[in-house]
Amino acid sequence: MGKTFAEKVLARASGQSAVVAGQIVDAAPDVILTHDNTAAIARIFRALGQARLKHPERHAITLDHAVPAPNTQHATNHAEVRKFVAEQGIKNFFEVGRGICHQVLSEEAIALPGDLVIGADSHTPHFGWLGACGVGVGRSEMAAVWATGELWLRVPESVRIMVDGALPFGVTAKDLALKIIGDLGADGGIYQSIEFSGPAIEALSLDSRAVLPNMMAEFGVKNAYIAADDKLLDWLAPRRWKTISDFRFQILDLESLPANAQSEIKNLKSQIQNRAIYPDPDAAYAATHRFDASALEPLIACPHAVDNVRPLSQVRGTRVQQAFIGTCTNGRLEDLAAAAAIVRGKQVAPGTRLLVIPASSQVMMEAMQLGYLGDLMAAGAVIGTPGCGPCMGNHMGVPAPGEVTISSANRNFRGRMGTRDSEIYLASPAVVAASAIVGHIADPREML
Amino acid sequence: MLFQGRVWKYGDAVNTDVIFPGKYTYTLTDPREWAKHALEDLDATFAGTVQPGDIVVAGRNWGCGSSREQAVGALKYAGVKVIIAKSFARIYFRNAINQGVLPLVCPEAVDAIAAGETIAVDAAAHTIHCARGLFSFPPLSPTIHAILDSGGLIPMLRKRFGAEHLPMPEIKGGE
Repeated sequence: MGKTFAEKVLARASGQSAVVAGQIVDAAPDVILTHDNTAAIARIFRALGQARLKHPERHAITLDHAVPAPNTQHATNHAEVRKFVAEQGIKNFFEVGRGICHQVLSEEAIALPGDLVIGADSHTPHFGWLGACGVGVGRSEMAAVWATGELWLRVPESVRIMVDGALPFGVTAKDLALKIIGDLGADGGIYQSIEFSGPAIEALSLDSRAVLPNMMAEFGVKNAYIAADDKLLDWLAPRRWKTISDFRFQILDLESLPANAQSEIKNLKSQIQNRAIYPDPDAAYAATHRFDASALEPLIACPHAVDNVRPLSQVRGTRVQQAFIGTCTNGRLEDLAAAAAIVRGKQVAPGTRLLVIPASSQVMMEAMQLGYLGDLMAAGAVIGTPGCGPCMGNHMGVPAPGEVTISSANRNFRGRMGTRDSEIYLASPAVVAASAIVGHIADPREML
Repeated sequence: MLFQGRVWKYGDAVNTDVIFPGKYTYTLTDPREWAKHALEDLDATFAGTVQPGDIVVAGRNWGCGSSREQAVGALKYAGVKVIIAKSFARIYFRNAINQGVLPLVCPEAVDAIAAGETIAVDAAAHTIHCARGLFSFPPLSPTIHAILDSGGLIPMLRKRFGAEHLPMPEIKGGE
């Protein structure tokens, strides 16, 4: 009997030749991710009698949840994180404004195919887009991982989601994610490892691929997975080279790299490829779900649950006061490009605000160079500092009571954005941009 | 271990944002303050009237959403020691164990138990006693019991590392 991705990755992380679904293993993560919560975890870590991290080189820390600090409490928290980073000699530390942890660790090629990534963040399944195994944990467990270097995990059952066909014009990976969650329910993937495959998945752009494992957090999964292909490896290798070389803090310009860099990047690509993990063709799956991308249409998750999914056609016309494009789910270059294409030459409707927060400084820089930020600003959009923005109600775009937000984020729970008596609709960035222009939920396909 | 308490009953897919809103995750540092906001956006009567020992009974996917551990801590410091649900979101389930709060999966009992009634849970016998009868839940693994018996993951590790004399941290947290 062959092995699933989850069985293979957890066998390697626990130092065993083979494990099976249902087994409990002690796994050692390759990458340990924390963010603004680092200081809180460090206090627990010290209460365990620990002075030094077991593997400081495996840690990656971003400040992203409330950046730049909106008040003294957050500023003090950030200061405490910086002190800890300095004390422990953590190299992979990313300051305020660099971006959202999941995006930054991808861009920096810190998480790689076949890695076990443990993150103190519920959207850690995101790293499945790199062919890695991303698993979210709480604060106490993270302190335990810091101290012991390992974590008990149950090897999850695996479920295949096979997607045939091709996405029609104006339909995105976000709509596919909402289709899966809407059809199978917000607990449809609970405790499972989801493996995506099929021609529609292979055809997705890299920016679009990242949406699927990310959104599977709203499906209840332990992790989700897309196989690393040549397109991904070609994207990762130069970024890995940059991260392990002196070029680290410079903008990556492949054209102007030193002569020896190209061969080093080629070697890195084969190293990364050799460590990638792929499921066996005869692996055992608890279920297989098939979707036809060609049959999809733009979808909206309506208040107050991510699985309350309806076709755009049924909710168009709903008045919106705020439109938000950003987050680890949909704040990448492709998302900003889609929004810019919609708003170019138009104006945001009176009575509506359009807020755009790039997922990282790199996304922001490229969007600036390509003119997307100019298009958005000319249309009346506000551009915010790369980070999580108002997604969980910390700051930078919290709605007023009675207001409706349409958002490219991942959660629309009551009170999620900081205000109990407000409504959140979730959609693709193009739908959000179109809605900002019209002032109510609108179909972007009619505006291109 | 035996538990007896009055039931607060809730439905399916209760998420961490309504159990403990994200806007408090970096601003409220004292667990007693968390308790004052427990279930704030779901049931405004809970925090003011919950009694130590009360038991939360819920439907499917309790605690879906964020990884914030305060969503367990808020209930724990309000006096809840047992949560019975049809199913738990994965991170919430682990957070509950790590905080020393017993998460029990028993769909039949959830259907039978009425809001406000007093029920008893026998953790050793894996049974729940309520007005409409006796229900069994599957035993938790020895790994999980070792953590629960120590009062949570951090107390267990403090003992293992000989760090019990150190002060417990002022608990702050985040998503």
